[in-house]
Amino acid sequence: MIANQRSLILHAGLIVILFALQFLLPDYHHTNFTSIMVLATYAMGYNILVGYTGLLSLGHAMFFAAGLYGAGMGVYYLELHPVLAFILGSVAGLLLAIAIGLIALRTTGVAFMIVTLMFAQAAFLVTLYFNDITHGDEGLTLTQAARGFDLLGWHVDLTNPSQRYNLALALFLGALLLCLALVRSPVGRVLVAIRENEERTKMLGYDARRYKLLALSLSGLLSSAAGAAYVLFFGYVGSSFAAIPYSIYPLLWVLLGGVGTVVGPVIGTLLMFYLIEISRDHTSSYMIVVGVVLVLLVLWFPKGIAGTIRARWWGWIP
Amino acid sequence: MDLGPHLLLALLEGTVSAFVLAVTALGLSLVFGVMRIVNVAHGEFFMLGAVLAWWITSLVPEAPFWGFMLALIGAPLAVGAIAVVADALVLRRLNYQPEATIVATIGLLYILQQAVLTIYGPDARPVVAPIQFRVVFPWFGYSGYKLVAVGAASLLLLAAWYGVTRTKFGLIMRATQFDRETAQAFGIPVKRVYAAVFALGAMLAAAAGVLVVPLQQAHYLMGLDPLLLSFIVVIIGGLDSLKGTILAAFVIGISDGIISVFFSPTLAKIIATLVVALVLVFRPNGLFGGKAR
Amino acid sequence: MNPKTPLIGGKKSLITRRSALKTLGAASALALSPGYVRYAQAQTAEPLKLGFQLHSTGIGAGYGRWYDRTTHAAVKLINDAGGIAGRQVEIITEDDGTDPKRGAEVVEKFASQHKVDFVFGTLFSHVVIGSAPRAGELKMPYFVVSEGYHVASGALNRYVFQPGITDVRSQVSSMAPWIAGNLGKKVTMIFPDYAFGHDHRDFFTAAIEKQGGSIAALLAIPPTETSYTKYFAQIPADTEVIYHVMVGPGVLTFVKEMGEHFGSKRPQIFGFIDSLEAVDLASPGLEFLDGTYFWEAFPRYAGAEQSPYDKFYREKVGVDANGASTGDPKDIATYSHMFGCWETLYTIKQAVEASGYKSAADKGALIEAVEAITSFAEGNEHPQGNKTFDGKRHQCYGHQFISKVEGAKLNVVHKTSIEDGLYENDTDYTKQPL
Repeated sequence: MIANQRSLILHAGLIVILFALQFLLPDYHHTNFTSIMVLATYAMGYNILVGYTGLLSLGHAMFFAAGLYGAGMGVYYLELHPVLAFILGSVAGLLLAIAIGLIALRTTGVAFMIVTLMFAQAAFLVTLYFNDITHGDEGLTLTQAARGFDLLGWHVDLTNPSQRYNLALALFLGALLLCLALVRSPVGRVLVAIRENEERTKMLGYDARRYKLLALSLSGLLSSAAGAAYVLFFGYVGSSFAAIPYSIYPLLWVLLGGVGTVVGPVIGTLLMFYLIEISRDHTSSYMIVVGVVLVLLVLWFPKGIAGTIRARWWGWIP
Repeated sequence: MDLGPHLLLALLEGTVSAFVLAVTALGLSLVFGVMRIVNVAHGEFFMLGAVLAWWITSLVPEAPFWGFMLALIGAPLAVGAIAVVADALVLRRLNYQPEATIVATIGLLYILQQAVLTIYGPDARPVVAPIQFRVVFPWFGYSGYKLVAVGAASLLLLAAWYGVTRTKFGLIMRATQFDRETAQAFGIPVKRVYAAVFALGAMLAAAAGVLVVPLQQAHYLMGLDPLLLSFIVVIIGGLDSLKGTILAAFVIGISDGIISVFFSPTLAKIIATLVVALVLVFRPNGLFGGKAR
Repeated sequence: MNPKTPLIGGKKSLITRRSALKTLGAASALALSPGYVRYAQAQTAEPLKLGFQLHSTGIGAGYGRWYDRTTHAAVKLINDAGGIAGRQVEIITEDDGTDPKRGAEVVEKFASQHKVDFVFGTLFSHVVIGSAPRAGELKMPYFVVSEGYHVASGALNRYVFQPGITDVRSQVSSMAPWIAGNLGKKVTMIFPDYAFGHDHRDFFTAAIEKQGGSIAALLAIPPTETSYTKYFAQIPADTEVIYHVMVGPGVLTFVKEMGEHFGSKRPQIFGFIDSLEAVDLASPGLEFLDGTYFWEAFPRYAGAEQSPYDKFYREKVGVDANGASTGDPKDIATYSHMFGCWETLYTIKQAVEASGYKSAADKGALIEAVEAITSFAEGNEHPQGNKTFDGKRHQCYGHQFISKVEGAKLNVVHKTSIEDGLYENDTDYTKQPL
């Protein structure tokens, strides 16, 4: 139980700190933290797949973009209530993940990486091809009016920094709880078993494909929920969110933070976000940071930050 | 334009892209075939070839033909050297573990691309074709250099073919590909073979970049398209087979030429990427399937 | 990181030089260029901070380099003459990578981190469309130099202005009568498949039909394209005029392949100079352009009718009589667009001084001062020529030029009147709340 208490303190502490930060951060960093919490949700979604099934995807941008386009076009064309649009976007990503999973999970390892890359590239091209609806590269913007709504007698304006921050925190908290619950559940244990030794797990009578499909679906759902929140908070959807870098980012965040840990993705997202921000101030070639960090991580630091801490000091980190 | 000339133009365009693609994809195919790794930075070697060609030709502006010949030799050599360094510093240390290598080559992709952005800048810069003439058909004219590029690419393909099937190095390469451990036991320096193959793959991509640059201009973002197309070709063609790669380059190049002329080029690309994904999934014995864990 | 550091000519200039391979050391030299270090000590008033949203990288980089140069030339002139309302101008540059998503983030960063007074300088229409809503939400005056119709169409908001360059709708409308009268009436259009190209498609189609002409074919080129020959096959044989407009790194390839395809057996060709901005007309493979026509907003080659204002402007920006950099005759300017930065900066000056703008609290007064402008007189501040300004549409309207390629040079053959480009629409941003 000691481990459980420590874990509770760690994660509750994280949420308390994030809550308190909104009163301390200057404007610019306030907005940055809002996007970091949303992107960390995306990273946690990615981590469910790679961390708990060992499958590396190079195409998660398609799920993020499904949420983004689902919610964004829902508001833009159907004038949906933002809450409904959020649900629509999330469900769109979930369905896409199930469909992709049914096909792509027949492969593993390198083949899975390439298959997901190809599907994501096709999805990116689709956003360009249907230019008339998606406006391709140029994208769609959601008006301030369309991003406000009344819920239970409370008026929410998604362009209001404070409301936006707390909603992002709520999304992040939801994702964190989901991940913690998953790790502790029997399902989570089966997933880890598949990662460690798929053959043995199969021999024990578990249908590995179904469990992997479950992991991919949850992963896709969290990714698209993050995408849907992103478009509602920031009001813009365009094809650059579906392009290859948005598949590489979550891989990078999760590798840096620590594959298969619950807090790893948020640590990785936060560090990478500011690393890129700082290098942007010095060079236009800021993406070189992404390259260098990726290479350094695979060479010398494959467990990432939280993974290394777990291996060396705090074995109890979930 | 009538259907006949229209089709002729589509075929010409398809042939040009098929030959250039075959050279690029052959490099990727060799690297995967022998080393069992997927090099995501392959397109950046192509881009480096083009950018270096711009640099080398700009050193001798008064003699574009000889400048270009110099680029055709110098750019691939320089890119090969970069590949050897990347192999020694990164890939060898990872012991060519497939998934780690993919992540590392993604990193390499950004490092090379952004280094070019820093040093060379964001502009697209033209390189003058070494030979300029226009082939005049009754219905339209066509770039003579494009046909020259086809000729040069086919020479490169022949040379690569000869190298792999008829030389001692080719034999050593195939032996390593067939069974790494046994090759090592027979005294083949596997590490050096790997370095050489990685360099050779990069050089083929760079040579294709040099051949293409008079048609496209050198730009730091030009590596993505050849990378994706090479993936498509190598996967459809079957990874161990040079014949398959070259055949697939023609199928893809020419069908892309025809689909793009008659329909939308974006649609052509969507179809090709989806086909590749499905080939990978539904041909469990071929391609990556066999060796993947 | 320090937002107070004057960034002019500093961090981004490493890649803004054409001869990049030769000049790795140029960045430090530029950072020390005269005029920008001085004010820090000399002035007591806080500087007026302008956020410059620049396409340093991505597909707009060729334009970005010259927008940067023009902006710094104008700011130096303004500062040397005492600044704006007695305050020195500080330019804070952020690269948007020619990416609309990053564009919105850059606007955010200008407002909340750099705390700039205004944002200006955006060119590519998709970046404008991505950034403008954020500028409106942040109540940040946003001056674009994009020539897109998005401002005047009413699609954006009260905080967005385009006072330095005529919009596409007006430009193409004023071209149609001349094309129909001199080149032919059956037109095939080749344009990029996004908003900028769609504006060309829609408004030129309407304008040429008004002249009794017709469209033979519409060829939309996807933004990722690198090879164009296949599209030329779709040009119908009975086409009398090819109308082309292209942007991005592939423009030279585009025009060259058009030459290879047609050779001398070509229909009449009319292009927007966008297809050849920053490209040398003497490049090999462009010989076939001889005898074709281009729209220009501001003639690249200084001809016989050069105004003293053009002469002044060229000299200050460092452009020679052939539209190339005075330092490198192969470095061709984006002459038909970049003057917009210069003129926009002088419009900002005019509006700040008219409104008595001091700080963010006076933004409403500033907006109203810009809206109250009705015209710009030709002069050193507005070297491209006199213009009218429509305060309701937030858009200016000026003269356009048609030039003929002769001996690898562009010679002006026609200058439109401002009235040629006028159109009806009911945009009225002044009705929106501040």
